[in-house]
Amino acid sequence: MSDSPATVDDPALCALIERVQRARAARSNLCIHGGNTKAFYGNEPRGEPLDTRALAGISSYEPTELVVTVRAGTPLADLEAVLAEKGQCLAFEPPRLGPGGTVGGMVAAGLSGPSRAAVGAVRDHVLGVTLLNGKAELLSFGGQVMKNVAGYDVSRVLAGSMGVLGVICEVSLKVLPRPAATATLRFELDQARALRQLNEWGGRPLPLHASAWWQGMLVLRLAGAGAAVRAAVQALGGEAVPEDQAGDFWNGLRDQSDEYFVSARAALDSGAALWRLSLPPTAPPLALAGDCLVEWGGGQRWVSTRLPAATVRDAAAAAGGHATLYLGHDRSAGAFAPLKSPLDRIHRELKRAFDPDGVFNPGRLYPGLCP
Amino acid sequence: MGSNAALPASAAATTPRAQRQAEVLAALQPLLPAHALLWRSEDTVPYECDGLTAYREQPLLVALPETEAEVAAVLRACHALRVPVVARGAGTGLSGGALPHTLGVTLSLAKFNKILSLDKLSRTAVVQCGVRNLAISEAAAPLGLYYAPDPSSQIACSIGGNVAENSGGVHCLKYGLTLHNVLRVRGFSAEGEAVEFGSEALDAAGLDLLALVVGSEGMLAVITEVTVKLVPKPQLARCIMASFDDIRKAGDAVAQIIAAGIIPAGLEMMDKPMTAAVEGFVHAGYDLDAEAILLCESDGTPEEVEEEIGRMLDVLSGSGATRMEVSKDEAQRLKFWSGRKNAFPASGRISPDYMCMDSTIPRRRLADMLLAIQQMEQKYGLRCANVFHAGDGNLHPLILFDANDPDQLHRCELFGADILETSVPLGGTVTGEHGVGIEKLSSMCVQFSPEEREQMFAVKRAFDSAELLNPGKVIPLLSRCAEYGKMHVKKGLLPFPELPRF
Repeated sequence: MSDSPATVDDPALCALIERVQRARAARSNLCIHGGNTKAFYGNEPRGEPLDTRALAGISSYEPTELVVTVRAGTPLADLEAVLAEKGQCLAFEPPRLGPGGTVGGMVAAGLSGPSRAAVGAVRDHVLGVTLLNGKAELLSFGGQVMKNVAGYDVSRVLAGSMGVLGVICEVSLKVLPRPAATATLRFELDQARALRQLNEWGGRPLPLHASAWWQGMLVLRLAGAGAAVRAAVQALGGEAVPEDQAGDFWNGLRDQSDEYFVSARAALDSGAALWRLSLPPTAPPLALAGDCLVEWGGGQRWVSTRLPAATVRDAAAAAGGHATLYLGHDRSAGAFAPLKSPLDRIHRELKRAFDPDGVFNPGRLYPGLCP
Repeated sequence: MGSNAALPASAAATTPRAQRQAEVLAALQPLLPAHALLWRSEDTVPYECDGLTAYREQPLLVALPETEAEVAAVLRACHALRVPVVARGAGTGLSGGALPHTLGVTLSLAKFNKILSLDKLSRTAVVQCGVRNLAISEAAAPLGLYYAPDPSSQIACSIGGNVAENSGGVHCLKYGLTLHNVLRVRGFSAEGEAVEFGSEALDAAGLDLLALVVGSEGMLAVITEVTVKLVPKPQLARCIMASFDDIRKAGDAVAQIIAAGIIPAGLEMMDKPMTAAVEGFVHAGYDLDAEAILLCESDGTPEEVEEEIGRMLDVLSGSGATRMEVSKDEAQRLKFWSGRKNAFPASGRISPDYMCMDSTIPRRRLADMLLAIQQMEQKYGLRCANVFHAGDGNLHPLILFDANDPDQLHRCELFGADILETSVPLGGTVTGEHGVGIEKLSSMCVQFSPEEREQMFAVKRAFDSAELLNPGKVIPLLSRCAEYGKMHVKKGLLPFPELPRF
């Protein structure tokens, strides 16, 4: 053999590996967490806590490569501050749901913010990952370059995997320059007309960057070269929103702290749940009783409602999408839409391929993944 | 031929392969019309290789289904008999991904060539897997839309092949790879069960299996239908052609453009030997004295392009460009690009044969890599011309050789492997967009540890437990790596002393 086992000399990493080996030997479960800002997301967390935060720090950052490599326990806020110093950013605007959120949690949850429809999701920016699998093997997939088709793209599958395949230890991300110019416009439109308008604009060469519709008001963000943004503002009309006010609005939306999410959280105590519906952007408004916020050019629709899970899921499926129970006191319906054959079988087999003893995050994605 | 009675002549033969061929033919004949099954040697010869002609193999037989029901039936029959299945699109791949299996069925999907729907409002197209890449953009042009990924072979390559390879192109720094432009694929599992990955929405429930299937080189499922994203055609595109008297200055100029916050629509480099080769072929007026030429493109609204071209010119001249020319109109822009797009045929003109490599390295390592290649030219006694997707670090060295000379072919293979394996410790990868296929199996031993390779096999088995879809590609067996004998280069969290640390 040409290879010798990798020697790992990083104490934080050694501790993680030993912990996984012990859990595997003891047939116990581990619940991977960073800042615990997304414990509400997915099915109920189970298992002994496995804290990734000792594995922190930026491993390499070369702004001209548009790539940063970060250890999973690094606070997202630290990473964003370092990128901002060089005029760069995580273009997919991951939600910051609390001060302690980590980069590993951001990737594992796979949540993207307002700009997702324009720039892509978390997974589109993941270039490489070092993973600790259920056999306590440290594996690297992908790399630090934009184009890489060596082997299966395992690193991107980890985005949104909810930790069920292993512990993300380090991740390389594509970063982008912050837009040179932005502008925010407001339009009074009902939901059906807003959806139509967003899709029509999407077919024109406009610097669209984010959109939000709620209670009869469509808010649109443009971003790009100064000349392109100025020309689009002229062409689109609407009411210009002052930049400071616009910044607060988009940050509130991104971090789920704005009025809509505040009232959706308040409604949880009266038996409502907050659903995230991912639909074809052209799907017409759904006839679901509840408060609805539309993002991503129509592709993401939040619904705060008391309707039964089956009603919401059926409506999403009929429109060509799926519904996630994002926030709710009762998670018994399962956070994620059930899978059909053969996708359910492939999920079980993939879980077994990465974590044969079912050590990590049991049930967090789907209850039936482990034997 | 045409009836079940028409058994292969070789069926009477007693070799195990001939017996197997007769057995598989008998199983498939009831499932497909006679004209859709090829098994005579003279009929299967055209399928013996793809764009990588150095490797050839005859399949047991070739099946040419026309409907999804036929695809499913062939897969079910092959699964029952445990026959390997190699899906094939246009056969333009450059890494031997569609090389037949000597005991397998080649499943040609050439007849799946219809555009099923184009929708302006949703900006999507649903196309069958055999539709050519460029045909999608041509069909979408009246809507003011196009399909962004544009591999150089786009006039011939099929979308199904693009999905298998996660193909890129010259505009992918700004517009993304196939993965970023595909919403959903439909196809069949190895067992012949219909399956869809992704959806018409921006994400699907559960694990992101679409990300795994795109680029899996036909090893996880057989794809028959693809929903692609279409994007608005930019109103205007203009290109700068800049000359440099030093490769390192050209490399630095690329970094400076990115550092200035510009994401060009295209950013390509050619070295001096390549420039000479393409100029002789297309007569585009390239600067033959330059050590390197950069093509730098801006697209968008006229105002946006003017602003960006101005910023690009500032950066390029600040980086020491010796000559700069901006395309005045679309004809001149296409002329600038004509040489770059014809790098391969131009190389064919100056050498009997050439082998195209496809590694990716961090952009800042470009000059180091080109200097290393110059030393390899001496070492292996062969010439090499270079084109480079400078924007995303993807290098295409074209090694020039004569395949009629077995020693040259051997030296060429060593030269190629040396380039790939030099890329890995520089922080790069052995294949940027052409795929591993059969060609880069050995180099995968250098990039991945035994545990990583075993994890990839486990992924394959999760989709295809009997390992029947395109077996033997992409992931090298332990024994092959042991024989190859080169060290796996450590990466990831393990120490990386030559990389500057933050």
